[in-house]
Amino acid sequence: MTIRQCAIYGKGGIGKSTTTQNLVAGLASLDKKVMIVGCDPKADSTRLILHAKAQQTIMNLAAEAGSVEDLELEDVLKAGYRGIRCVESGGPEPGVGCAGRGVITAINFLEEEGAYEEELDFVFYDVLGDVVCGGFAMPIRENKAQEIYIVVSGEAMAMYAANNICKGIVKYATSGGVRLAGLICNSRKTDQEAELIEALADRLGTQMIHFMPRDNVVQRAEIRRMTVIEYDPHCRQAEEYRTLARKIIDNKKLVIPKPITMDELEELLMEFGVLEEDDESIVGQTAAQEANLCAVA
Amino acid sequence: MNRAETDKLIHEVLEVYLAETGKQRSQHLMVNDPGIEKSSKCIVANKKALPGVMTARGCAYAGSKGVVWGPVKDVANISHGPVGCGQFSRVGRRNYVTGYSGVNIFGDINFSSDFQEKDIVFGGDKKLARLITEIDTLFPLAKGISIQSECPIGLIGDDIEAVAKKTAEKTGKVVVPVRCEGFRGVSQSLGHHIANDSFRDWVLSNRDGDDSFAGTPYDVALVGDYNIGGDAWASRVLIEEMGLRVVAQWSGDGTIPEFELTPKVKLNLLHCYRSMNYICRHMEEKYGIPWVEYNFFGPTKIAESLRKIAALFDDRIREGAERVIEKYAPFAKAVIDKYRPRLEGKRVMLFVGGLRPRHAIGAYEDLGMEVIATGYEFAHNDDYDRTFKQLQDGALIYDDATSFELESFAERLKPDLIGSGIKEKYVFHKMGLPFRQMHSWDYSGPYHGYDGFAVFAQDMDMTINNPCWKMLKAPWKQQPAENPMEAAA
Repeated sequence: MTIRQCAIYGKGGIGKSTTTQNLVAGLASLDKKVMIVGCDPKADSTRLILHAKAQQTIMNLAAEAGSVEDLELEDVLKAGYRGIRCVESGGPEPGVGCAGRGVITAINFLEEEGAYEEELDFVFYDVLGDVVCGGFAMPIRENKAQEIYIVVSGEAMAMYAANNICKGIVKYATSGGVRLAGLICNSRKTDQEAELIEALADRLGTQMIHFMPRDNVVQRAEIRRMTVIEYDPHCRQAEEYRTLARKIIDNKKLVIPKPITMDELEELLMEFGVLEEDDESIVGQTAAQEANLCAVA
Repeated sequence: MNRAETDKLIHEVLEVYLAETGKQRSQHLMVNDPGIEKSSKCIVANKKALPGVMTARGCAYAGSKGVVWGPVKDVANISHGPVGCGQFSRVGRRNYVTGYSGVNIFGDINFSSDFQEKDIVFGGDKKLARLITEIDTLFPLAKGISIQSECPIGLIGDDIEAVAKKTAEKTGKVVVPVRCEGFRGVSQSLGHHIANDSFRDWVLSNRDGDDSFAGTPYDVALVGDYNIGGDAWASRVLIEEMGLRVVAQWSGDGTIPEFELTPKVKLNLLHCYRSMNYICRHMEEKYGIPWVEYNFFGPTKIAESLRKIAALFDDRIREGAERVIEKYAPFAKAVIDKYRPRLEGKRVMLFVGGLRPRHAIGAYEDLGMEVIATGYEFAHNDDYDRTFKQLQDGALIYDDATSFELESFAERLKPDLIGSGIKEKYVFHKMGLPFRQMHSWDYSGPYHGYDGFAVFAQDMDMTINNPCWKMLKAPWKQQPAENPMEAAA
């Protein structure tokens, strides 16, 4: 059977890595064979699966060994919870070098070394923040991830980011087979959050595949460097992640997204009261000027 | 050719292009009118070459590493990035230096940071610092180190300035970061400018406030002579003979201490305006040093230039200039008497970089030859302003000529000689046209000064009058009368 390759995108700090690892643990608990490819220089995409602080990354090992050609697959691939295969692309410290090139090099290495030829049901790419350059679009190019899930919440900036990511997907969807597979709402407990994300998904031509409620058990598990699925498989949140896993297994709704304009997005946010209408009269007014106006009034 | 004929020629060649390409290229081709003062309305220059046209241009790295920094004698030039840029630009330019490799000359060595995948991903600053320390250890006599950025350095945002500052402190050497990434600008021209700026920012002011140098009222610097085949040496002797003291050569066979002393000179003598006007303008602004352009190709221009320079000094130097002109007059006459009869009336097409398309015209004219077409790879409009008066009325001018245009013009103009570069040479040889390399002097030189003029004249003669050009027709395509079989019958 063919391997389903999925990439998880979303605004920085939205909970991509946590969601991905819990979801992958859920898939593993349903007897699926999964690999996670962390595409973020921070290398925090596999720690909950491996119970490790940070996995040795492809690029760091390559730098030590001399070049990536000097590495073997078993040097970089680690098995974690229920045999989940883990690999991190790695990259430079913030502010130096080219992290995007690191992602490209690492993914090419995995392909050449046959990491995708194993018996696998799913590969998940956990990609840093926005698609800032060609390197971070690597996982969604031809013959890589076919399904993209965007982690989003009811906050305006998270939705802006989701819409931007859709623009990136459109570019690669028209030249290759990549499709948007759905929005995962990682709840921030904002008002009417599920309805808002449903509406956004509708505008983008996709679905909200699951609404993931907020639960402190996720953090409790994380302190123990574990997923909820492993830490407390019977809790309600573990069942939520298993539900997401089941929905993804059965997901057939793969679309080329229809990104919306900034105005449309702002309208939607206003409709749900997340954003208030711009007051043109105060644009560019300093506090001092406003105080002055008040005094006159 | 008269203006109308040249204009017709331009239109015929342009016809072959697609409409949009033809429109763009038409702005780079013109008919000369020596009366024009400003070129900006007649020709477009220093614009990006069109895709697919086979431009002859290089890149900013070529302009900095190859042209400006490469000829410096006592500096280790690091090609910072993957190994190819450094390796293929090593000792390619024939800028002569005296000394011993690895002891007091370093231009023949390829210092490369040899970037690998991991250096791109993790950044190359640490490797660069290690490389500079290594050079300092292996070549303690190098007076300076320059960091010539290749493309990836600009893409990944390495902080080479910080590395330069730190390693300069550690090694006590001048360390100069040069942001000459190849993708910057439209040709090597921006590389010249960036290299000039790096001298300005990291070298030139090193001895500000230090009065220990004993100057004279006759101190000058030779600027914009890269000593191709010994050009700067052949120029320097004349300047010295007229009574001036040459403090620095920029940058052929030049050294860091010379560059550092240049702000103390009284006048900068500028030969290659295109590649070094920037540093002259800066010295004029900051130190009040005037600069004057000169031309040492051929006795007419040499004499003009010597007098132009001398006019800025006292009678002693003015007399010196006359003395030099008089001294070499019989020598120049002997060269002209020997070669002019063999070269009289020969028609020349030039296509060179940023100076010689106008500066070499006088030398050809001294030999009775005429330049019927000329053009630059990377000139700006101020270069064309300086070209019109040097060139005969109705001559053809091309900017950043494409290989198609050059070949088409040559086919139609049928010149007796083409002067251009190595990329053009063999194309024209195959067309049966005599050709001289006017970037490298075809492994000959010098061409500057009186000594250079003798070499120049001999080279043009042996190229144009080479018997090989009469043998291009295959024996079986000769006239039937010459057929031995027929003669036997």
